[in-house]
Amino acid sequence: MIRVGVFVCWCGSNIGGIVDVPRVAKEAARFPYVAHSMDYKYTCSEPGQKMIIEAIKKYKLNRVVIASCSPRLHEPTFRKTIARAGLNPYLLEMVNIREQCSWVHAKEPDQATAKAIDLVRMAVAKAIHLKPLYEGSIPVTKKALVIGGGIAGIQAALDIADAGYRVILVEREPTIGGKMVMLDKTFPTLDCSACISTPKMVAVAQHPNIELLTYAEVTGVTGFIGNFSVTVRQKARYVDHSKCTGCGTCWGKCPQKVPSEFDLNMGTRKAIYIPFPQAVPNKPCIDAASCRRITEQKCGVCAKVCPVGAINYEDRDKILQLEVGAIVIATGYDLFDWTTAYGEYGYGKFPDVITGLQFERMVNASGPTGGKIVRPSDGKEPKNVVFIKCVGSRDEAKGKAYCSRVCCLYTAKHAHQVLEKIPGSQAFVFYMDVRAPGKAYEEFYQRTVDEGARYIRGRVSKICRQGDKLLVKGADTLLGTQVEIEADLVVLATAMIPSRNSRQLAQVVGFSTDKDGFFQEAHPKLRPVEAGTAGIFLAGSCQGPKDIPDTVAQGGAAAVKVCALFAKQEIATDPMIAEVNEALCTGCLNCREVCPYKAIKRKTIPDKARGQAAERTVARVNSSLCQGCGCCASSCRSGAINLNGFTDEQIMSAVKASLQHQRLLTNRQ
Amino acid sequence: MKYAYFPGCCDHTSAKEYDISTRAVCKNLGIELIDIPDWSCCGSTPGHSTSHLLGVALSARNLALVEEMGLDCTASCAACYQRLALANMEMKNDMKLCEKINCITGKPYHGGVKVKSIVEVVAELGPEQITARVLKPLENLKMAVYYGCLMVRPKEIQVDDPENPQIIDKLMRTVGGEVVDWSYKTECCGGGLAISNEDIVLRLTNKILKEAVDAGVNCIVTACPLCHFNLDMRQKKINKIFGTNYHLPVFYFTQLIGLATGLKPGELSLETHFVDTREVIKLIA
Amino acid sequence: MPAINLTSNVKDNLDFIMHVSKESGQPVQHCYQCGKCTAGCPVAFAMDYPPNRIIRMVQLGLKEHVLKSQAIWLCAYCSTCTSRCPRNVNLARVMDCLRGMARREGIQLEGRAKKIALFYDCFLDTVKRNGKLYELGMMLNYNLKTGHFFKDAGTGLAMFTKGKIKLIPTKNENYKDLAQIFERIEEMEEKC
Ligand SMILES: Cc1cc2nc3c(=O)[nH]c(=O)nc-3n(C[C@H](O)[C@H](O)[C@H](O)COP(=O)(O)OP(=O)(O)OC[C@H]3O[C@@H](n4cnc5c(N)ncnc54)[C@H](O)[C@@H]3O)c2cc1C
Ligand code: SF4
Ligand code: SF4
Repeated sequence: MIRVGVFVCWCGSNIGGIVDVPRVAKEAARFPYVAHSMDYKYTCSEPGQKMIIEAIKKYKLNRVVIASCSPRLHEPTFRKTIARAGLNPYLLEMVNIREQCSWVHAKEPDQATAKAIDLVRMAVAKAIHLKPLYEGSIPVTKKALVIGGGIAGIQAALDIADAGYRVILVEREPTIGGKMVMLDKTFPTLDCSACISTPKMVAVAQHPNIELLTYAEVTGVTGFIGNFSVTVRQKARYVDHSKCTGCGTCWGKCPQKVPSEFDLNMGTRKAIYIPFPQAVPNKPCIDAASCRRITEQKCGVCAKVCPVGAINYEDRDKILQLEVGAIVIATGYDLFDWTTAYGEYGYGKFPDVITGLQFERMVNASGPTGGKIVRPSDGKEPKNVVFIKCVGSRDEAKGKAYCSRVCCLYTAKHAHQVLEKIPGSQAFVFYMDVRAPGKAYEEFYQRTVDEGARYIRGRVSKICRQGDKLLVKGADTLLGTQVEIEADLVVLATAMIPSRNSRQLAQVVGFSTDKDGFFQEAHPKLRPVEAGTAGIFLAGSCQGPKDIPDTVAQGGAAAVKVCALFAKQEIATDPMIAEVNEALCTGCLNCREVCPYKAIKRKTIPDKARGQAAERTVARVNSSLCQGCGCCASSCRSGAINLNGFTDEQIMSAVKASLQHQRLLTNRQ
Repeated sequence: MKYAYFPGCCDHTSAKEYDISTRAVCKNLGIELIDIPDWSCCGSTPGHSTSHLLGVALSARNLALVEEMGLDCTASCAACYQRLALANMEMKNDMKLCEKINCITGKPYHGGVKVKSIVEVVAELGPEQITARVLKPLENLKMAVYYGCLMVRPKEIQVDDPENPQIIDKLMRTVGGEVVDWSYKTECCGGGLAISNEDIVLRLTNKILKEAVDAGVNCIVTACPLCHFNLDMRQKKINKIFGTNYHLPVFYFTQLIGLATGLKPGELSLETHFVDTREVIKLIA
Repeated sequence: MPAINLTSNVKDNLDFIMHVSKESGQPVQHCYQCGKCTAGCPVAFAMDYPPNRIIRMVQLGLKEHVLKSQAIWLCAYCSTCTSRCPRNVNLARVMDCLRGMARREGIQLEGRAKKIALFYDCFLDTVKRNGKLYELGMMLNYNLKTGHFFKDAGTGLAMFTKGKIKLIPTKNENYKDLAQIFERIEEMEEKC
């Protein structure tokens, strides 16, 4: 005998202020199979939960419907509550009458109430068909993969390794360090970026629990939380690192000079190179495209001079197969390519218009100019430097709608550095807002203003060449006039965007990106470092623009999540997943095409129907991969797939309940 | 190639060089221009500045006429091009407006016409076709191509990138000219303010001339009668007021293509300019 | 400017704000006052309010200030602002719409604005009569109305010698259609 209990929540005045809660409870009492119905101020509170438990016992309830807030918020809470009363936790149905009724229909309380009643009616009809579900369990491989070796990935790897678990860190470039090692000083304390990041890089290289794979990329991921199988392509380095001592004779003698990526093309490197002197690993690789031995069978100097015979021109890419239990994504950011979008700033044709990151390399003592701020066009020291913020950020017409969060502070830092390093110089900063919400950030900005930086509130409309200078045409909206500056150097604070190919990576690993291509967290407030796919965690600026303190905090947070997972021997799996009725399945495998989590596989079963030993194909759901999204169920033509907790029978009875009631109403009219 | 041709109201007056050279060059290059019977003013700036409906209606009337011809439309004048193209876009995107306007004009337009600037039409020929007809490459001409506003803005109707358009630059290179990269290609000359507030236009035009001279050119190339009028006719006055000494012939791009493809100066109305063109033309030979 | 009472001002002029947004098709609230429009406007130097301030005044419902401004008339519709606006506001369209409103509301214009409006009238007058612009007629009429009879006489003469002035208007065949268009629009706009 089915006995449904209905509990309607006021959520203080959140629901009760609009929806007539007692009426909803009264109406619900009349629905079929409802044995008990009541309302309460705060159902999720301890007394509220106790009340549910008592009601279950008193009225012998075996299905529970709770009309309250979003299931995203309290479904787990109420599952536990009914379990405490001895019910299977999946015999619960939640109705969201807050977000879906009182909040959206705040101006029409009557209709909000009517809708709430309808929704409860549907939930009761569905609840009648609920079946007990049971969680499964799977073992965990206690080894983590971290993708991306910027400060986010470094921090996550070190924290996981320090907790005693093994970590593999995969970095695409020949060295770890990311953007942070390119920076000169860091706001708001102005400590030297290399001094605080290189020791961490070394710690990674020396940690007994960390295996470092640089110059490598993840090309495939299969499996599921606790049990991922990862394919990594180790690019050919042409240098055997087990022999190489990092002595540097090779790059000293290599005759091929090419622009240095690390110095953003403002300096040069050799064809065999380490990106910068403190690189980790501190051993070179050959950039095959620029090596004359590899491209033209000429030269070969490095092999001749290498004292340990580490050079191997015949080296090839290698494919590695790894088994891990959790993946931390920390692929960071790139900078928006302003040269294709901002014609009014010259499309990159004026050499003295540079980006903030180029400025960082320039003021850096180990950078291409040895720390001198100069004009790239003629090497002269600039006297009037203009900074333009929000280039590509907060500009939906040309770039991105979002704010890149770090530019206000690094521009303040750059203006400070100009004023400090160049006597008699002037620094002008065009801004729309100064956003300095971090600890000691506002003070840092004010300090730059005190030092004499002129902040001009307005955007720049155009940069023209004027003799050997640049005429910057802007507006000061506070004055309400146009302003012009004859600048020697212009520095653009360009937007942070997801690092190149990050969409492909999301596809390979199997999780989603947001509208801007940053990686999507499972919940913006409550689960900021988890991806939507179980076992995948996010750290740093790959999830959204971030400064170093926030990046490091996220790296640590992601590590804790990984450790929490590894602390378990086995993990429970969600039973609300798809299930195939093999008798009905025709084996068309449409479901496999639509499944975003690659959870559906082909399976062959003996086909008894024909009386002889034939075989046929059916779909099989991998219970660990399935996330319960239901795409397969809705695409199955023969109705063979059901989503547990959302079976066709359950959904259809909810729909029917609603339609029958509507018909009743129209007939009455 | 066959187009319905909208010459604009200044075709026989202030912009006659443009009309004459456009017709001559198109004929020479095998582009057939058919006059639109009964065409009327596109409304220009005064039209849309007075009333949005008026602006659209005056242009839409002409689009309806073109639709009857079963051809696509090209306009030489940049202002006419912008008005026709914008009206065309609005009529196509906004059904309600379209009905209203059709009611006003009494000439229903159904959105079946494409509007192109004459610049696009000529550029579509492609460099090979044009090079094949070049008899006198414009070897010694160093020019600043001045596009102005109307055919590169707003983006819905832009013929080319509004910040650094190349379409005429490429045409000029094709006929052997040297074009400079300068920052004032699409700065506004003040256009229609000339009669009511000449001082503003003189100031803006002076800047453009100065930039062109600084870029070391011996002529300016344009595709807009308003720009041409301001740069050519007002040059003398600018010299007087600002104490400058410009002597910079301003050509329509069609005139230069005409010269390069062997047309005579007389066929291109080169003698009706205010700034004498003869010295510069001599450089070519 | 004395303090503006925003409580009543915004409320009383909500219609105006909505109307500008609707007629121009531009969500004026999108403007975040970056000033890029002003920075690039070729005529801002001659305006009483810079372009970004015009939009600001619309946002706050300062109807009278906006409609009486010189700026909306000085706008040359070059669309530099529009093409560079990071918020995709077509400010040139807003300016256009405000000019139309000022005219419909019968705002008394002065200075540069008055001359510009007059020029537009004279221009359209010849179009209404002839179906096409009649430059000489327009100039004579304009000079008559501004009281500067011989303004640009030098220009006129020079034009004449180059054969660039026509003494009599050119008309299209059905030039009378045009007068009808003008009339229908006037009727329609009076109604709303
Ligand atoms: C001009 C400028 C100045 C700044 N100044 C400061 C400052 O003073 N203070 C401050 O707090 N912040 C500053 N920042 C911000 C700072 O750079 C970032 O917060 C920080 O670098 C983010 O670190 P990350 O690890 O998330 O990303 P990144 O540093 O971008 O590291 C990501 C790493 O992942 C690697 N990677 C990417 N894709 C893959 C892949 N598919 N496979 C393997 N590896 C991959 C990359 O090669 C890189 O090594 C500044 C930023 C800029 C642009
Ligand atoms: S450019 Fe656009 S957003 Fe900026 S002030 Fe002007 S209208 Fe507003
Ligand atoms: S369209 Fe008007 S407001 Fe905009 S930049 Fe041009 S003249 Fe200025």
